[in-house]
Amino acid sequence: MLNGVDLAIAEGATAVLGPSGSGKSTLLRLLDRLADPDRGTVRFRGEDVRALDPLALRRRAVLVPQLPAPTPGTVADNVCYGARLRGEDTDPARPLELAGLGPDYAGREASRLSVGEQQRVMLARALALEPEVLLLDEPTAALDPGARGAVEDALAGLAGMSLVVVTHDRSQAERLASSVVEIDAGRVVG
Amino acid sequence: MRTRQSRVLPLERSVLPLSPTVDVTLGEVAAALVLVALAAAVSLWRRADLERDLGLAVLRSFLQLTAVGYLIQAIFDSDSLWVVAALLAGMVGVGTLTARSRARAVPGAVWPIALALSVSAAVTLGIVLALGVFEPEPRYLVPVGGMVIGNAMTAAGVALNRLADEVRDQANRIEAALALGATSRQAVAGLLTRSLRSGLIPLIDQTKTTGLVSFPGVMVGMLVAGAEPLDAVRLQLILLWTLLGSVALAGLIAVSLGYRGFFTRAHQLIDHQA
Repeated sequence: MLNGVDLAIAEGATAVLGPSGSGKSTLLRLLDRLADPDRGTVRFRGEDVRALDPLALRRRAVLVPQLPAPTPGTVADNVCYGARLRGEDTDPARPLELAGLGPDYAGREASRLSVGEQQRVMLARALALEPEVLLLDEPTAALDPGARGAVEDALAGLAGMSLVVVTHDRSQAERLASSVVEIDAGRVVG
Repeated sequence: MRTRQSRVLPLERSVLPLSPTVDVTLGEVAAALVLVALAAAVSLWRRADLERDLGLAVLRSFLQLTAVGYLIQAIFDSDSLWVVAALLAGMVGVGTLTARSRARAVPGAVWPIALALSVSAAVTLGIVLALGVFEPEPRYLVPVGGMVIGNAMTAAGVALNRLADEVRDQANRIEAALALGATSRQAVAGLLTRSLRSGLIPLIDQTKTTGLVSFPGVMVGMLVAGAEPLDAVRLQLILLWTLLGSVALAGLIAVSLGYRGFFTRAHQLIDHQA
């Protein structure tokens, strides 16, 4: 998918722009070590990701997938999912608010929500881990324009958090990110 | 067909009331071919074109069962537990390959299945022997071991087949859980439960309806062989309950180890294209 990519991503908000099938999602999965490259090295804050505990890495750099895939249960169950994996608990209110969902969402069944609301639940459960970096894979590709605006507003409100946003939409890249990396056919082109 | 029953010494019954013995002559077996002729006649009349298959089926069943009969006779005559162990190991091998073919979509399923079959057979046979339900003799160990391994094979194959379907259908949800720092086991916890259930439910349902919908094979065999109905029922209950335990164990081992084939050590879902 990717070939000869030599790329340094700075702190702050970075967009990775490219057509579908260009290897953008693969790049995010490499950063999060959901996949490993056949050759080459991926570093996170200077450290080879293969030297890190993959579970700890994924809590520091949390990936929000392109298609919402909530676990069965309520919105609060989903937001607390990451903490409960380690036997801890967390208050879902703040992450929900950051994701643009009111506290009344907490008790609702996640699978019954609209796709746009589910996408914000996925964002909230990533934020609940208080990550250093958010990795967003086409955060609005599955959404209608109204829902897209709501998710973009939520992302724009996360001032100070480092983001890597993968998108095929140049205007979205420019709205959400201060720097833009373009890739095509598995290579960095700009 | 003549049934000889040891009515003389009713007190001498051991743990199991396997007293009746049956003599079946080759002539009686040959007489049953009349029913095959009936099937062949139906096939000819309705042009179903099954005569060749029928003939082959009769020939194969005769040869295979006769060979197995001599084999079991030889094992009983040897009265050696080593020979029994070797035979059961062979059954585990064949059962593993059979279950493996059903669970082809599970990477590296051979060892989980082989462990599931051998451990469940060893544990359940060990328990029934330790409790004194059966004597440690080839006459009990071979057929009971065969039933345990056969049922464990089906349960492990069904459970792993379901697991592969679940992992394929839920790949996005599994990877979303991994992305939050879940271990591969945490990411598939719900799937393991559903896969285990699907492996166990057929035998549980069969056990629930036993005697109502169909008579289980051992009971039929004992009744035909002249055993008292309540003796046949008791033996059948022992076997059904033994099977429940062994099947639960086999399903648990198969899914608990089998899911690992879908993941790397770094908790990555293998071959997933998001």
